[in-house]
Amino acid sequence: MIEQTTSNITKKRIQEYLEQGKRFDGRELNEFRDLSIETGVSKNADGSARVKIGNTEVLVGVKMNVGTPYSDSPGKGNMMVTSELLPLSSPRFENGPPKFPAIEVARVIDRGIRECGFIDFDKLCIKEGEKVWTVFIDIYSINDDGNLLDAAGIGAVAALRNAKIPKYDEEEEKVLFGELTDKSLPIKKDFPISITFHKVGKNIIVDPTREEEDVGETRITIGSSNGIISSMQKGNSEAIEVEEFEKVLDMLDKTWKDIFKKIEKAVK
Amino acid sequence: MDPNTKMKKIQINMQENKHNIKMAEIKRQSGRKADEIRPISAKVGIIPNANGSAMFQSGNTIAIAAVYGPKEHHPRNQRNPAKGTLRCTYNMMSFSVTDRIRPGPNRRSTEISKITEWALEPVVMLEDYPGMVVDVHIHMTQADAGTRCAGINAAAMALAHAGIPMKNMVSSIAAGKLDKTIVLDLDKYEDSEFEDGEGSTDIPITFTNDGKLTHIQVDGHITTEQLKQAMKMAREASKKIYEVQKQALKDSLVGDLK
Repeated sequence: MIEQTTSNITKKRIQEYLEQGKRFDGRELNEFRDLSIETGVSKNADGSARVKIGNTEVLVGVKMNVGTPYSDSPGKGNMMVTSELLPLSSPRFENGPPKFPAIEVARVIDRGIRECGFIDFDKLCIKEGEKVWTVFIDIYSINDDGNLLDAAGIGAVAALRNAKIPKYDEEEEKVLFGELTDKSLPIKKDFPISITFHKVGKNIIVDPTREEEDVGETRITIGSSNGIISSMQKGNSEAIEVEEFEKVLDMLDKTWKDIFKKIEKAVK
Repeated sequence: MDPNTKMKKIQINMQENKHNIKMAEIKRQSGRKADEIRPISAKVGIIPNANGSAMFQSGNTIAIAAVYGPKEHHPRNQRNPAKGTLRCTYNMMSFSVTDRIRPGPNRRSTEISKITEWALEPVVMLEDYPGMVVDVHIHMTQADAGTRCAGINAAAMALAHAGIPMKNMVSSIAAGKLDKTIVLDLDKYEDSEFEDGEGSTDIPITFTNDGKLTHIQVDGHITTEQLKQAMKMAREASKKIYEVQKQALKDSLVGDLK
């Protein structure tokens, strides 16, 4: 059971611990919780993944459909990311149309995947200017114990890697839903990972629990692949010193490699 | 698979007396007998944040449910000063079906949400929680027909897991009719593609474990006698489901003791 808000006394204690370089669960400041990835968890999806980071859990599904390309990219496929922070996953989320936090997850994950060229959209063109594949990535939170954003990013990549392209009837010009080819999506071997760094007092931490996230003053999400940054988002109202921001950049390489190892291990 | 070849696979072997439904036999595409339900499994405590949670799987249909409450009822004007309110929301995940559905509620899910409330309300005792609400959130992560039944089964378990006072458990199963044969637990193919003879009829039913009806719907065509027969078969199946629900709840307690 998670509380609606984190009490001031807990917040203060978290800050005191961090000043001594400690966290409630004994992790290092730049250490993730245990990660597990399951793929193919929803049989009717073209690709799907369940990602757990500690008690945080997300479900991501990939679906494809054929549509018309955008006029500024007639020869490229489309991608659409949506995210729902389900009231099922936390007492803090309410029913109703997606609010900013859900929209932000979808948009940040969208940029993380799109900007590094993980998907080769040229190969998703069926007929230039007329018919292209659209890839839908739908993210659902199942249990929120902090860091949904990073879990969603890992889930999206895992679901894309799991996906197979549906069969397409060229004469009838329609997708045969429920029937998949054995062809995977045109994706790169190197995948992007989004990592969110949170500033708490003078410390920078990664993979916060829900309580730690409540203490965070500001956060920076960096999407990168093999040392190349391709997306970034600073969230929350507090400003951050340039020196502190550089500290984040210096932490990126090691943290990225640690998570990469965890992902590789979880996939095996 | 091509629908025509699918159709050929279903062969109905009616015995001599065509009107005696008890004697009718049907060969189902899945190989199930007429009164055979799909394999079911259930688990409780799948969402740590919730007061209660459960997963119910029937064949390829998977429902998850989480209960939050009893808690203060917002918006205020919907409060019932006499007793607590049960509020259910049912939704399918966009990728749970072969043809992606737009995320968010629609007319169908709005109706099923209310049906689910009605199915559960007779056993939930909220008299001691005036002005409060118990939220039940139900999502289908994978759908192969029978989703409202799976959702109700998961929701009932999640309520029990949350420690909400209940007079009884409820268990839900769809009876059905394929051409002239009464069957149990239609799958997606039987529900929406089967067209032989009289076609398919879907009859989702929910029973309390002492045999009262809390929910029934019919979608198709069926005679009163056939419906009585379908009810009997569904009642027997609901007992099997009840055992699985009860076992899952017991197992969650054993886990706590360890």
